[in-house]
Amino acid sequence: MDFDLNEEQRLLKESIDGLLTDSYDFESRKKYMKEKGGWSRTVWGKLAEQGLLGLPFAEADGGFGGGGVETMIVMEALGKALVLEPYLATVVIGGGFLRHAGSDAQKAAHVPGIVDGSKTLAFAQLEKNSRYDLFDVTTTAKKKGDGWVIDGEKFVVLNGENADTLIVTARTKGERRDKSGIGVFLVPADAKGVAKKSYPTQDGLHAADITFTGVEVGADAALGNPDDSLALIERVVDEARIALCAEAVGLMDESLKTTVEYIKTRKQFGVAIGSFQSLQHRASDMFVAAEQARSMSMFATMAADFEDAKERSNAVAAAKVQIGKSLKFVGQQAIQLHGGIGMTMEAKIGHYFKRLTMIENSFGDTDYHQRRVADGGGLI
Amino acid sequence: MDLAFTKEEQAFREEVRSFFRDNVPPDTRRKLVEGRHLSKDEMVTWWRILNKKGWGVSHWPKQYGGTGWTSVQHYIFNEELQSYPAPQPLAFGVSMVGPVIYTFGNEEQKKQYLPRIANVDDWWCQGFSEPGSGSDLASLKTKAERKGDKWIINGQKTWTTLAQHADMIFCLCRTDATAKKQMGISFIVFSMKSKGVTVRPIQTIDGGVEVNEVFFDDVEVPYENLIGEENKGWDYAKFLLGNERTGIARVGVSKERLRRIRDLASKVESGGKPIIQDAAFRDKLAACEIELKALELTQLRVVADEGKHGKGKPNPASSVLKIKGSEIQQTTTELLMEVIGPFAAPYDVHGDDGSNEAMDWTAQIAPSYFNNRKVSIYGGSNEIQRNIIAKAVLGL
Repeated sequence: MDFDLNEEQRLLKESIDGLLTDSYDFESRKKYMKEKGGWSRTVWGKLAEQGLLGLPFAEADGGFGGGGVETMIVMEALGKALVLEPYLATVVIGGGFLRHAGSDAQKAAHVPGIVDGSKTLAFAQLEKNSRYDLFDVTTTAKKKGDGWVIDGEKFVVLNGENADTLIVTARTKGERRDKSGIGVFLVPADAKGVAKKSYPTQDGLHAADITFTGVEVGADAALGNPDDSLALIERVVDEARIALCAEAVGLMDESLKTTVEYIKTRKQFGVAIGSFQSLQHRASDMFVAAEQARSMSMFATMAADFEDAKERSNAVAAAKVQIGKSLKFVGQQAIQLHGGIGMTMEAKIGHYFKRLTMIENSFGDTDYHQRRVADGGGLI
Repeated sequence: MDLAFTKEEQAFREEVRSFFRDNVPPDTRRKLVEGRHLSKDEMVTWWRILNKKGWGVSHWPKQYGGTGWTSVQHYIFNEELQSYPAPQPLAFGVSMVGPVIYTFGNEEQKKQYLPRIANVDDWWCQGFSEPGSGSDLASLKTKAERKGDKWIINGQKTWTTLAQHADMIFCLCRTDATAKKQMGISFIVFSMKSKGVTVRPIQTIDGGVEVNEVFFDDVEVPYENLIGEENKGWDYAKFLLGNERTGIARVGVSKERLRRIRDLASKVESGGKPIIQDAAFRDKLAACEIELKALELTQLRVVADEGKHGKGKPNPASSVLKIKGSEIQQTTTELLMEVIGPFAAPYDVHGDDGSNEAMDWTAQIAPSYFNNRKVSIYGGSNEIQRNIIAKAVLGL
């Protein structure tokens, strides 16, 4: 039982916090948003230089052998600074598929480019009617010779516009909501038949809707078993949820800090509004919510290593519920306590609120995960 | 970071669990499960079993009978105790006045009181709150005047929990009326059998009598019953209230209650099938379980922190434990009300005399819902806890 970081982890935290303090204030972020694709290659290069893009990969594959706690540290820091760069899509999700299911050849082809920052990835999973069910897949991958032909439509693919490689879920067998017959495929973003429609998202990131029309890929495109990869997808998406929980904790920390600073300085009726008890209690409740979220983010991080997949997914679902409730409260109250200025694009708090809000609706919202815990027989 | 308990800690949990299984009187456990009040005899019997085992005052220093357990072991012990469930040690003696005496008392007082606290030879109660002083404790008015080798005590205390059973009281009394309000208070202990002490029960909305008013009318107390220094009582009280926070989250209690809810909900029908099959109900139950899991982790963070960096001064995170712990306890009693539905209504006039078996499982549910409204009020109301967080953590 230990909730402290070890020496190496403390150094990791210091180094990424330092990097982001130097290069990611709110004004710089506005500039990065205007760069191609909406994020900064320079910052991405710095993350690569510090080894953060190779963090979770095994040393044998050119990485640094970091585990869940290391990813949590990074994601919290990225949240705190409201970072735009596609760490989740590339390192956590793309990297996750490669780490858990990539063949030696696949890893050799993709991991070095991730680690040195020259390549990014995107996860093309969501479909028009799939909502949060990962097994609800209509995109098809039909066998052709040694390879496959992929047809279908994917939506809100984060970093879909910029990614060099897409990781696509597609059905090789069965009906729309069958739990078997789902495969995961590596598809070059410039393959013939891939059409992208890009747009910014509410929280300042970028995504794309992507159509696959007769896209031919080779035998080496399938990650894991092309006929039965739902368990793999669930595992990687659980890791993405855990990472989002940590990012949200970072966002909430910064939201609370910013809000407390604001109510200490903002004066009305001749005094700082933070001297009013109704505002103090609201801020205290924000603190309680953020601490409960932090506890569950740690719990989910450590649960990633649970051997029993059901226990793991139950724990992650529970964490996503707590984070969803906490982020809504902290986000909304941060705006409320800022008053009118919180409604403006020029104040940074609104941007934190928007990113927090989008996290709730990523990979299952509060109700979705609460139902999962309920149907799974509870937590006690 | 590591979530797992060590092998030794797991073995310790087994040891504690099997001791409870073998030694808690079954009827005592049943009454706790059903939310009933225990008689004085039932409580004292169990505490003496615990004390004989050497676990009665587990967190005291070893020289006074403590166990020398780690923070994690204390956590495990409390969780198992609460979730078995078995009666918790009498806080007023074991967690409150005991630590004040072994920290600030003289040798004579330690010898005289500590063993009797451990074995509950004396039942202690707490004389802090007064009719006019709730959360503003330091405004208390009960007066102790020195006359030769005696104190003469006059005044009134209230919300005195289980004073009807008490042999001894520890009391905050004003001993210097001219000093600033926190400065003129002393910590004095005396027998509840003293001439001039009157106990009047207060019936609470659950129908039970847990709390009392206690009146002091020219009560004569030997001067040596003063603990520590004169007019330093406020410091001792703050020390004591810091101890009171440990275990205030009552995670084990809520766990046990959630298990009971699940059990009852699979028996009680709604719409022709067990209510546990109702999706809306199950969602609410899951929501509560998730909140409790988060609280358990928050508590473990505090425990691990204490284990590593020492207890030091009270951790402001304990206010989080108090707020969330009390809210969750209240939610569990609401869920129980929801499960039993219309059978919440009958009032159990017979008590636990076995005359109304059919009602046994529902009889205490509404009372315990009413009773649990107290948990967000006592021990520093949740509003006071929010003040503490605002001041001590957020710097507002």
